[in-house]
Amino acid sequence: MDFSLNDEQRMLDETVTRLVADRCNPEQRRTLIQERGTALSSLWRTFSELGLLAMPFSEEAGGLGGDGIDLMLIMQALGRGLVPEAYLDGLIIPGMLLAKLADDSQCERWLTPLLEGEHQLALAWHETASRYDIDMPETRAERSDEDWHLQGRKQVVINAPGAAALLVTAGLEDGSPGLFLVPADSDGLTRRDYITLDDQRAGDLDFDLTLPSSALLASGDSLLAALGETLAHGRAALCAEAVGAMEVACEQTLEYLKERQQFGAPLSRQQALQHRMVDMHLHLEQARSMAILAAASLTLPEEQRDYRIAAAKAYVGEAAQFIAEQAIQLHGGMGMTEECYVAHYAKRLILLDHALGDRDYHLETVMAHLDTAA
Amino acid sequence: MNLQFTPEENTFREEVRAFLADKLPTDIQRKVRLGQQLSAEEHVRWQNCLSERGWLAPGWPVEHGGTGWSPVEKHIFEEECAAANAPTVVPFGVNMVAPVIIRFGSDEQKHHYLPRILNNDDWWCQGYSETGAGSDLASLKTRAERDGDHYIVNGQKTWTTLGQHANMIFCLVRTDPEAKKQAGISFLLIDMDTPGISVRPIITLDGAHEVNEVFLDDVRVPVANRVGEEGEGWTCAKFLLTHERTGIAGLGHAKQALRHLKDAARRQTHRGRPLIEAPSFREQIARAELELMALEVTNLRVLAAARDGGAPGAESSLLKIRGSELRQRLSDLTRRTLGPQALPFFADFLAGDDDTLDDDQSFAAAATAQYLNRRKLSIYGGANEIQKNIVAKTILGM
Ligand SMILES: Cc1cc2nc3c(=O)[nH]c(=O)nc-3n(C[C@H](O)[C@H](O)[C@H](O)COP(=O)(O)OP(=O)(O)OC[C@H]3O[C@@H](n4cnc5c(N)ncnc54)[C@H](O)[C@@H]3O)c2cc1C
Repeated sequence: MDFSLNDEQRMLDETVTRLVADRCNPEQRRTLIQERGTALSSLWRTFSELGLLAMPFSEEAGGLGGDGIDLMLIMQALGRGLVPEAYLDGLIIPGMLLAKLADDSQCERWLTPLLEGEHQLALAWHETASRYDIDMPETRAERSDEDWHLQGRKQVVINAPGAAALLVTAGLEDGSPGLFLVPADSDGLTRRDYITLDDQRAGDLDFDLTLPSSALLASGDSLLAALGETLAHGRAALCAEAVGAMEVACEQTLEYLKERQQFGAPLSRQQALQHRMVDMHLHLEQARSMAILAAASLTLPEEQRDYRIAAAKAYVGEAAQFIAEQAIQLHGGMGMTEECYVAHYAKRLILLDHALGDRDYHLETVMAHLDTAA
Repeated sequence: MNLQFTPEENTFREEVRAFLADKLPTDIQRKVRLGQQLSAEEHVRWQNCLSERGWLAPGWPVEHGGTGWSPVEKHIFEEECAAANAPTVVPFGVNMVAPVIIRFGSDEQKHHYLPRILNNDDWWCQGYSETGAGSDLASLKTRAERDGDHYIVNGQKTWTTLGQHANMIFCLVRTDPEAKKQAGISFLLIDMDTPGISVRPIITLDGAHEVNEVFLDDVRVPVANRVGEEGEGWTCAKFLLTHERTGIAGLGHAKQALRHLKDAARRQTHRGRPLIEAPSFREQIARAELELMALEVTNLRVLAAARDGGAPGAESSLLKIRGSELRQRLSDLTRRTLGPQALPFFADFLAGDDDTLDDDQSFAAAATAQYLNRRKLSIYGGANEIQKNIVAKTILGM
């Protein structure tokens, strides 16, 4: 049992932490958000130069062979800075799927530039009825001669506006799910872009288009296995990001209570608030433990991995909400304002739970496996 | 012990329903249902409907234009208005400054301001809080110095709700800096068009413009605009706090929010079934329902006590705490019900300027913004921590 970081991990942690501190203060963050367009940001280029884009990918895929702990360290630092870059949705998730499922020429066309910071991608899977389940898409794919015809609608595709291509889930004629690679400029693809309340870019997509037969990356069990592993990474990453954001929300709240004077004394002297602050701290430390557990469980056998990841995601989602709500509450009216930076952490902490299954969804998984789990 | 409404009360409920069905403009009703922000014109249009019917000011004495309703009838009225998706009446004139004027104001003030409030001629806002004076309101610093028949007011108010639409503001100001904290405060009515007043928007975390900062720079206010004696402002402010607060639990809103939550949970699909059928989610809705049932009876107990002459005191703190927590919980569950659909921020739609969303998008659009906005319920009007201090001290004697 050893919770300390090795030298390489410590260096990684320091590098990303410093980068985020230097390049994503509140003002820089606002600029990053305002200037998001088709071109990738200079911050993204720096990520690339520092190897952060290649880090979590295997060496065969052109990556640096980092593991779950490396991913955790990066995500935690991004969470601390509330970095408005689609590191998870634009890079990690679609990249892992391509690395597992795409053929050589597809990798050359889409994966290599992804890891080199030349473009981003997105996974399109939410539908009206899907909620948080990825395996039963209503979007249809029909085979005709050498082509596929894809028809359907995807909602809330995170990073759709920034994606050069989309990985799209669709049901095949035999009822099994398939995953298709769709260039963003395809005819028959229409998009409505918007931002989310936590400043992510997203879009709703309508598909009615024809694709070459090679567009089907995988289907059935091999697809489900790849999705399972990828989403497990995504969920562990979200836990880590949440912990980073929770750290800052707690720090800023504590600082505020020490500063803010009411009734002739700092608010931090009120015992009711001291206890509340302690509760926030407890939630943070317990969530941190769960994020570590999640990161360290990524290499376990599938069943065990998914059980622990679900437990971590459910736990962290609830802790994140507690900290977000208390951070606002203890800031009083200030905490309700756009101008107050902690409010942005609070929003991210709340909405992060809506990604890749919320706490209710994952608690259901835990409940379903309660008796058989190791 | 009898928890039934009387036949008269049931008839009254029917009358309110009929009125709402007949008079509530459907465009406004739709915006409230979808959680869109209302314009000043829409607020006033609805309040004019209430004025015409004589129902704008149920809390006032009949001789000034009140309805003479019992506390239970007021409760029924509020419940039916919320159920019909009627806008909440902007409270600052009708429910805040007016009771103070009725209780402490001069005859001239009553004759001038009360009819204007009933007529929606003035839009009032509340100038209590300052950047340094929130929970500790009595530490406020805005200064009013006497100059003949005028006060000269300097300072800054903040969190002024809907001050952007207001032409009048009622302010707590310090008239005597030497006196003990509460004793040096006076209550002034100030015309927002007076030179020296400027209003700056504060954007809240849901992206809305609901609150403002109000700057007062050498603003000349006639002494005749003071309500009550000089140095009695705190008494006026406290009167407002303990003044009959039947609506403080927000019960009508909570009931409507619970209906909306169930509706959302029926619309959402989870593994091919309506989400409302998922046992763990259903349990959470059921728990909210229990809290609501308990709160309704607690609220009615306080109302009954008020009807029988006991002025609700610290009990209103209990209602405020539980009511705000419940409404926050309901908005939390609604957001979670919508799953990924709770993420998009359609700012133009929420502002009422965008008609291009489909049914699902429109239904979901306001959920997260409302969840965020409802965080205010436990902060304003005396934060919940402060309410708990009051309960500990006043009810429990700790
Ligand atoms: C959306 C919104 C609308 C508003 N509208 C108006 C308006 O129209 N007019 C107006 O005058 N004001 C308005 N307010 C202001 C509101 O009344 C204040 O925000 C409120 O009184 C709290 O003050 P504060 O924000 O300064 O918080 P603070 O007083 O700084 O409190 C910060 C936190 O510390 C806690 N705290 C403070 N003292 C204690 C204590 N002794 N013991 C334990 N905990 C304590 C509080 O409960 C809170 O959680 C509005 C506020 C909001 C958010």
